[in-house]
Amino acid sequence: MQPILELIDVSKRYGGVRALEGAHFACAPGRIHALLGENGAGKSTLIKIMAGVVQPDEGRIVLQGQERRFAHPQEAVSAGIACIFQELSLMPDLSVADNICITNPPCKFGLIDRRAQRRIAEAALARAGAEDIHPLAPVDSLSLSRRQMVEIAKALAREPKVLILDEATSALAAADVQRVFALLKRLRDEGLAVVYISHRMKEIAELADDCSVFRNGRHVATFAAGTHSDAQIIEMMIGRDLDHAYPPKPPLPTVSVTPALETRGLAWNGRLHDISLAVRPGEIVGLGGLDGQGQRDFLLALFGVLSGVSGELLLGGKATQVRSPQQAKHGGLALVPEDRKTDGLMLPMSVRDNLSFASLDRFSRAGVVRVSKEAKATDDIALMLSIKAPEPGDPVGTLSGGNQQKVVIGKWLLNAPQVLLLSDPTRGIDVGTKQEIYALLRRLAADGAAVLLYSTDYAELIGCCDRVAVFYDGRIVRWLAGPELTEHALVSSALNVAVEAVV
Amino acid sequence: MTALALRLKRSGQLPVLAAAACTFALLMVGSLYSKNFLSADYLLLQLQIASFLGVVATGAMLVILLGGIDLSVPWLVTVGGVMSAAAAGWWGDTGALIAIPFGILCGAAFGLVNGIGVAYLRVPSMIFTLGINAVAQGLIVVQTGGFAPQDRSTPTMHLIATGRSLLGIPNALLVWAVIGGLTLFLLHRTTLGRAIYAVGNRERAAYLSGVDTRRVTLLCFVIAGACSAAAGVLLTGYSTKAYQAMGDAYLLPAIAAVVLGGTNILGGRGSYLGTVVGVLLITLLQSILSVMQIPEMGRQVIYGVVIIAMLLVYGRGRRHSD
Amino acid sequence: MTKTDLHYRLREHRAALAAALLFAAIFALYIANHQMGWTVPVLTTATNKGVLLAIVAMAQTLPVLAAGIDLSVGMVFVLANCLASHLVVGSALQATLGAGVVLAIGALCGLLNGVIIVYGRLQPIITTLATGTIYYGLSLGLRPVPGGEIHAGLADALTGALPGGVPAMLVVLLAVVLIVWVPYRRSVVGRATLAIGSSLPAAYMSGVNIGRTILVTYTLAGLLAAIGGLLLTCVTYSGEASAAIGGVYTLNSIAAVVIGGTSLAGGAGSAIGSIFGAFALRTIGDLLFVFDLEPLWQPLFQGVILLTAVSLGALRLLKVSNRLDLFK
Repeated sequence: MQPILELIDVSKRYGGVRALEGAHFACAPGRIHALLGENGAGKSTLIKIMAGVVQPDEGRIVLQGQERRFAHPQEAVSAGIACIFQELSLMPDLSVADNICITNPPCKFGLIDRRAQRRIAEAALARAGAEDIHPLAPVDSLSLSRRQMVEIAKALAREPKVLILDEATSALAAADVQRVFALLKRLRDEGLAVVYISHRMKEIAELADDCSVFRNGRHVATFAAGTHSDAQIIEMMIGRDLDHAYPPKPPLPTVSVTPALETRGLAWNGRLHDISLAVRPGEIVGLGGLDGQGQRDFLLALFGVLSGVSGELLLGGKATQVRSPQQAKHGGLALVPEDRKTDGLMLPMSVRDNLSFASLDRFSRAGVVRVSKEAKATDDIALMLSIKAPEPGDPVGTLSGGNQQKVVIGKWLLNAPQVLLLSDPTRGIDVGTKQEIYALLRRLAADGAAVLLYSTDYAELIGCCDRVAVFYDGRIVRWLAGPELTEHALVSSALNVAVEAVV
Repeated sequence: MTALALRLKRSGQLPVLAAAACTFALLMVGSLYSKNFLSADYLLLQLQIASFLGVVATGAMLVILLGGIDLSVPWLVTVGGVMSAAAAGWWGDTGALIAIPFGILCGAAFGLVNGIGVAYLRVPSMIFTLGINAVAQGLIVVQTGGFAPQDRSTPTMHLIATGRSLLGIPNALLVWAVIGGLTLFLLHRTTLGRAIYAVGNRERAAYLSGVDTRRVTLLCFVIAGACSAAAGVLLTGYSTKAYQAMGDAYLLPAIAAVVLGGTNILGGRGSYLGTVVGVLLITLLQSILSVMQIPEMGRQVIYGVVIIAMLLVYGRGRRHSD
Repeated sequence: MTKTDLHYRLREHRAALAAALLFAAIFALYIANHQMGWTVPVLTTATNKGVLLAIVAMAQTLPVLAAGIDLSVGMVFVLANCLASHLVVGSALQATLGAGVVLAIGALCGLLNGVIIVYGRLQPIITTLATGTIYYGLSLGLRPVPGGEIHAGLADALTGALPGGVPAMLVVLLAVVLIVWVPYRRSVVGRATLAIGSSLPAAYMSGVNIGRTILVTYTLAGLLAAIGGLLLTCVTYSGEASAAIGGVYTLNSIAAVVIGGTSLAGGAGSAIGSIFGAFALRTIGDLLFVFDLEPLWQPLFQGVILLTAVSLGALRLLKVSNRLDLFK
């Protein structure tokens, strides 16, 4: 099959970092082509070049047999390449219709023709399978999942020949994920070339026709889906063998110990109801269930971010009030938020400054920082977590996603927390770093910390956690532990109750 | 870009060096017009004048580092001057003793309200400090009965503003040096300083790291208010009287000095040394323009053009495609 | 239009509507307590003063929508005033040409702002701070001392009332809104301005022409400020290079924009709201006069009211239950 889009010998450097080196890529119409590789492997750079967001230093782009240069994203769009990025390209204050038709809107007498625009938007939304979204709704009133659907509709409205999705399903609720999969298969059957980046092997297994693996900015292999096992693919991605995905779990304790964290009847604002759970030191407790059932809010409530929280909270057996992250920190809590770029790190500040930021009190006396003490501690933790940064003084924004997340975790570890709260910590992180984080969590638990982990990845919940609390509609509806903790049980308790509630 | 230029750019010191180079260039240009320009006397006078702006710019810089802006400088300077002179008038001898701290405290009080409005009421700093500026003006008008303030400065104030002690160094310069030194220490060696940079970069992340970001913001505005008032006290000491609108001429130059010194107007980045150089630059620029006896029109135009030209050299942002 | 459609349309304009209500309330209070009440002279005087600030507030709205700011609008206003006092004189034809030149110069000033921001990649706040001093300097060059004149017929017509008692300035304002604001708002470039203010990276990724949009935005701001300056000349019959006036108009325009419901963070808002915000600000000053408040206390009260008005938005903070929403 003749490829519709080819990238030949493409290189891109950012300062001293080689994002891509002599990379090759080709995708054919009527096929879904998966792009695999760790963070920093060059996948994002590759599609940014395809989409005209950045220009390659060397190499050629060939579209439908013709060599092209895209100086601007708009040129790529006009040429028929539509890309859906991880960072959405929606303007929150504008309406759905305005967003969908933001460039080249239908015009009448030089002004935007609102009626025609609305029709286009409705058609695009219908094609994406999201007819329920009102075209006049402001985008900031929609949930993240709905916004992603608008993003997809926007791409489809441009009648692309090549559709690129970068982690497009990571923000989607489970139901929408299925809809998008069906949509992608439909589009493929209509003759579109689809390029798909995801870290979820299951999705790739379900969707892809072809796979390409990248590592360290270079193309490693391209093959038809199904010809290699998951283990082989991972080995190609990280260049080494992986024996175990998850560290072994200790047996469930029989002696009862004072829980490190316990809530009794915690409730908030109609979104959380009567949450009672306890986490013992040494335990990793997972929060499961469908996206948006209150898991994130629960973690925020524990960390003192939410106001109007009722119910009891006990830390180390003592009843405590946590009204702010400051108080939470002093109570021995730590929170690794899910959006590291906006909530976890100060990107322009150095790796060292970010690492020490939550524990500055430990390195200072009377408000004055002891720089040498701070430097030693941050160097030690960077070493322990294998944070790859050329210089500790470099801005943390230049690190890869996985390393950035390690900085966030390291920041909290310097504070020696008793309870570690993590909100979807491995989202958008490469396989190698994920493994390091799993091992780290188990080590921390073994050393006596209590870990509360919210994850949207079922495999992760099963692999890491000793017990899982399944959330639905702001309540815990089921506890799963030991042999009961299977994917089937997780999915069914997340969905079954939904069915029951409707009936 | 050469390796050296790249290292300079990375260290963030490029703006400071560029500003220093421009300052040096200005000195050279000035010396062409008048041989006096490079004399120790003249330079010390420049430093003395620069001290007033320097004190204001210190407070302005802290607020800008947070990502905000303090438009209440003009009338808080006046508050400092008027209230310190008034204290001397009200309370006789005790008044004379506490005049200076009283004036500064009044400025700090306004700064506190600024801080509450911006940090706790979450009103954008540009508009809230604008409102405070108007309120401060209103209070001063009431206080002075609408006339020029009749109170005089205390002898101490005059001495500090105009006198020279230590090795002939102007006292005002010493005041700025002390304030500047404390600020430098604050920003680079204290937890508060780190917090200021963090809040300016990403307040959400700082908050989620367990820092009381609202209190940090509040403190910066209090300090800024105190700095403005302190400059007002100095100015009143310098001219022995306070006068209405004495602070109007300090707002734009203070912001320009901070930005020319390399502090990012959006917050999160900048060094105090840069602000010092920026203040010297602006002061020299204004002096040269008056030495060259250019009419007011020319001065204004050149002033604006020079600021833009210098920023184009080293204050430019990144391209969208980066 | 279905019910949901209406809901969304209203929501889009709710800030401007709130500002309009606020102004209506204040103005009603003013008229009720004014000795002469609802008469043509009272309305005309109020309009003449209010429209000037309203137009400068409109000028300020455009850059603010793009998440920028224009601290030079007051000085372009003054520059246009001084220029008009030289050029808008003589025969009707000469005066008209003169007016055209004044507006063109204003647009040019705005364009210069835009060029420095787009190609120089400098932040709007510091750019317009510096260009403001340049424009003020130019004004000083034109009018070192107050003086000049303006075509009497034009000035009288614009500051008077039309048959029926409608103040002419109001008609001028309406014309400006219909000819400049409404087409701009409904055009591609107008929407692009909101897109940029809402999310610059998203706008770039979506292929919005950021450079051209910013240039148009600041140029129009300069044009509007110049219209205001021209009208000022009609009111004062002279040109004056006053830094005080320039400063006051700049800062009041920002206050008017905020009171009118446009967020300084950009992305949403309307010049119509700013117009009502400007009228409200102006009327508050007059209100204090009408209530016989001692002149000494007026600046203080005006300041306190301004502060209160801009802090009203803080009321919605009471509803916030996730404190993360407080922080950007």
